[in-house]
Amino acid sequence: MKNKELLFGIGLFIFFALIPVIGSKYTIYFNAQLLFTILFATSLNLLVGYTGLFSFGHVGFYAIGAYAFTILYKTYGVPFGVSFVAGPLLAAGAAVIVGYLCVRLTKIYFTFLTLAFAQIIWAIAFKWTPVTGGDSGIVGITPSSLLLPLNNTYFFTLGVVAVLMYVMYRIAHSPFSLVLNAIRENPNRAESIGVNVRLYQLIVFTISGFFAGFAGVLFVLLTRSVFPDILLVTRSIDVVAMVIVGGMYNFWGPMIGAVVLLYLNSFVKAYTEYWLLVLGTLLAVVVLFFPSGITGIFPWLSARFKLVAKKGELNA
Amino acid sequence: MLRVEKVSKSFDGFLAVSQVSMRVKEGEIASLIGTNGAGKTTLFNLITGHLRSDEGEIYFKDRRITHLHPYDIVRLGIGRSFQRLNIFSRLTVFENVQIAVISYKKKALSFLRPRERLFEDDTERILDDVGLSALRNEVSGSLSFGYQKQLELGIALAFEPELLLLDEPTAGLSAADTRDAMELIVNVIKARGTTLLVVEHDMHVVFSISDHIIVLHQGRVIGDGMPEQVRKDPEVQKSYLGESL
Amino acid sequence: MDWTFYFTQFIAGLSQGMFLFILATGLSLILGVMGIVNFAHGSFYMIGAYLTYYLVTLLGGSFWLAIILASVSLAGIGYLLQRFLIHRLYGRPELQLVFTFAFVLIFSDLIKMGFGVLPKGVAYPELLSGIFEIGPIRFPKYHIFIITLGPIIAYLLRMLEQRTRMGRIMRAASLNRDMVNALGINTERVFTLVFGIGAFLAGLGGALASPTVSIALGMDAAVVLPAFVVVIFGGLGSFAGTFFAALIAGQVQVFGILFFPRLAESFIFILMAIVLIARPWGLSNRPPKFA
Repeated sequence: MKNKELLFGIGLFIFFALIPVIGSKYTIYFNAQLLFTILFATSLNLLVGYTGLFSFGHVGFYAIGAYAFTILYKTYGVPFGVSFVAGPLLAAGAAVIVGYLCVRLTKIYFTFLTLAFAQIIWAIAFKWTPVTGGDSGIVGITPSSLLLPLNNTYFFTLGVVAVLMYVMYRIAHSPFSLVLNAIRENPNRAESIGVNVRLYQLIVFTISGFFAGFAGVLFVLLTRSVFPDILLVTRSIDVVAMVIVGGMYNFWGPMIGAVVLLYLNSFVKAYTEYWLLVLGTLLAVVVLFFPSGITGIFPWLSARFKLVAKKGELNA
Repeated sequence: MLRVEKVSKSFDGFLAVSQVSMRVKEGEIASLIGTNGAGKTTLFNLITGHLRSDEGEIYFKDRRITHLHPYDIVRLGIGRSFQRLNIFSRLTVFENVQIAVISYKKKALSFLRPRERLFEDDTERILDDVGLSALRNEVSGSLSFGYQKQLELGIALAFEPELLLLDEPTAGLSAADTRDAMELIVNVIKARGTTLLVVEHDMHVVFSISDHIIVLHQGRVIGDGMPEQVRKDPEVQKSYLGESL
Repeated sequence: MDWTFYFTQFIAGLSQGMFLFILATGLSLILGVMGIVNFAHGSFYMIGAYLTYYLVTLLGGSFWLAIILASVSLAGIGYLLQRFLIHRLYGRPELQLVFTFAFVLIFSDLIKMGFGVLPKGVAYPELLSGIFEIGPIRFPKYHIFIITLGPIIAYLLRMLEQRTRMGRIMRAASLNRDMVNALGINTERVFTLVFGIGAFLAGLGGALASPTVSIALGMDAAVVLPAFVVVIFGGLGSFAGTFFAALIAGQVQVFGILFFPRLAESFIFILMAIVLIARPWGLSNRPPKFA
């Protein structure tokens, strides 16, 4: 790991670790949410930024992770540790199936199919009342007594997110990620250099779904509930917006996007009900003028003003 | 080494390649010439698996490769460059070749090791061979056309192919650059003992380096043999060479 | 259930199909000629309906005038969007998708601002209100109007495509965009026109649909996805294909809700998934090329 980024990561970790010390209950809750949202957005970016696969249905795997954990743990009494891992594994399993069907399609069709699948998963969550609790979901999910106090849940979330982000960081800087970039840039040529493009797309789709599943489980641990609303189309777009606003060509972009959007959201909600207008406008402006997002501004600026020696800066 | 037998391909009723048969011997330099639209790139696409032939068979080193995927064919030893630039434009020159090397060495599924220096030596060697060492950190899309063509070649070489298919490697280059490019190519393949099948329009180049020329016209082979034979063939002269000689 | 019930449903399905056709055609034009996936198409439809509500129910104007005004306004909105904003995103289909989606959000909230969240309604125009009866069969007169209007619009569009120069250019562009550009034709102007026509059709669809549906937020999403399914299934660049796909889709929607009420909302997504998995480019043979 590059030294600069290692320091940055540690600094972040310390910052988040101090929140329970200096913050109110609300702040702790908010930051816990922020943490697994960062995890979720970063997992999506493996698909969007690194591989060029615009999935609008990623929230489906988040939800499967959440529901699977809940159903196993609360309804069937499966031990916490097992449920905790089984949730994301089931999400990954679903990702294999959905991914297999989706990667056969190009660009727009791929996006549509991912959207369709997320909605189908929503429909299942909504209708399969005996199992999923229908439109009211499942509430009152008490985790093991260790996690009852909010602080403990917070630290658990921080720990899990830190570990998973580290793993994703390694993946994002591995030879595998270079192959993904090649697929994004020129899938045709990638095939000519021995890359089975579909297979790799399926692999990253599954990995991405796996991490999203963890984010879903953390959601349940924090809110002690799960319900179909998390699968609304607006949730799907929220996370895509985080990736784009923060910058899809940088590992930390989605994190920045999550921070910006979550803070913006609570700020806007305090004054007006027209959040969609704000989000839509922000998204439109970013897409038009800063398609590389916030983290893309600095390389762009430095390239324009030649502050930094010219070097390929994508996926730093 | 390469055997194409009665291969045909049509698109929406248009017969692009019709009953084409040809052979390329190991170690030789063969040129595929023909007017625009004669089917040369289509034939290349059929050989490398980018297109599925409607009929016919293709053999490489006596092994049937007819309907294989491009990613399998390249591993069997056939490398290829493209007529229209087909590089990874937002990656650096180094990364363009490195990714091909990584794929060749089957380390593409490596998830946890850092990628910056992986196979750096092999990549540098190739960059050196094609004369791009100095530009290794440039974003490939920002290079001049000539350099991008050299990069095309570099990427194709990463798999250490025994048969190299080059599609118009000198297209768009000035006369001087063309000479340099061809010299580079010939040096590279002589050093590695690679068999070459090249699509070319520049007749001077074709006749100066080829051991074997195949002429395609409207999807059919109308000439096949040593340069002098082909040059004298009346049908070839009529439909293609015309006044260019 | 006797056959008159099913026949009534069939007529309703035909009417539904015509609405889908009007919408899908606009979408198909934009996608085929420009290679842009216009998520905001549903928003155009919704704006058309709300505008009609405003003009007819709130201002008490003539229904027919309202239809024309609404459609033309949408054409104007479409023109502005394309001319000043969308055209900057040429060549990047994923960003276009996100961009048009951003406008879905923007339009949705703008409508909420202007009209609130309660559903609105528009009365049938006097001429066409009431029930049409033949023997035991009864259905709203408005259905007949729509069912006859659909083919007329289809015919007009076909004439536009075949008889006018612009129409032929549009068809050529949908088959080979680069070629049209290379021929020195001002594709910019063609695109702006196409987007405008597409928006016009969407607005027209919304305006025409306004008496038959509950005008509320969310009608954009409810209509844009079936429209896309029709576009995909009918194949691009083919009015006939879109027409028949729309008719089929209309019936599927009506009877689908009848036989599988529990699946109602997700039905269209399941359908979309099936179409995409089985045959991504619908009835025609060629997959479309994106900008």
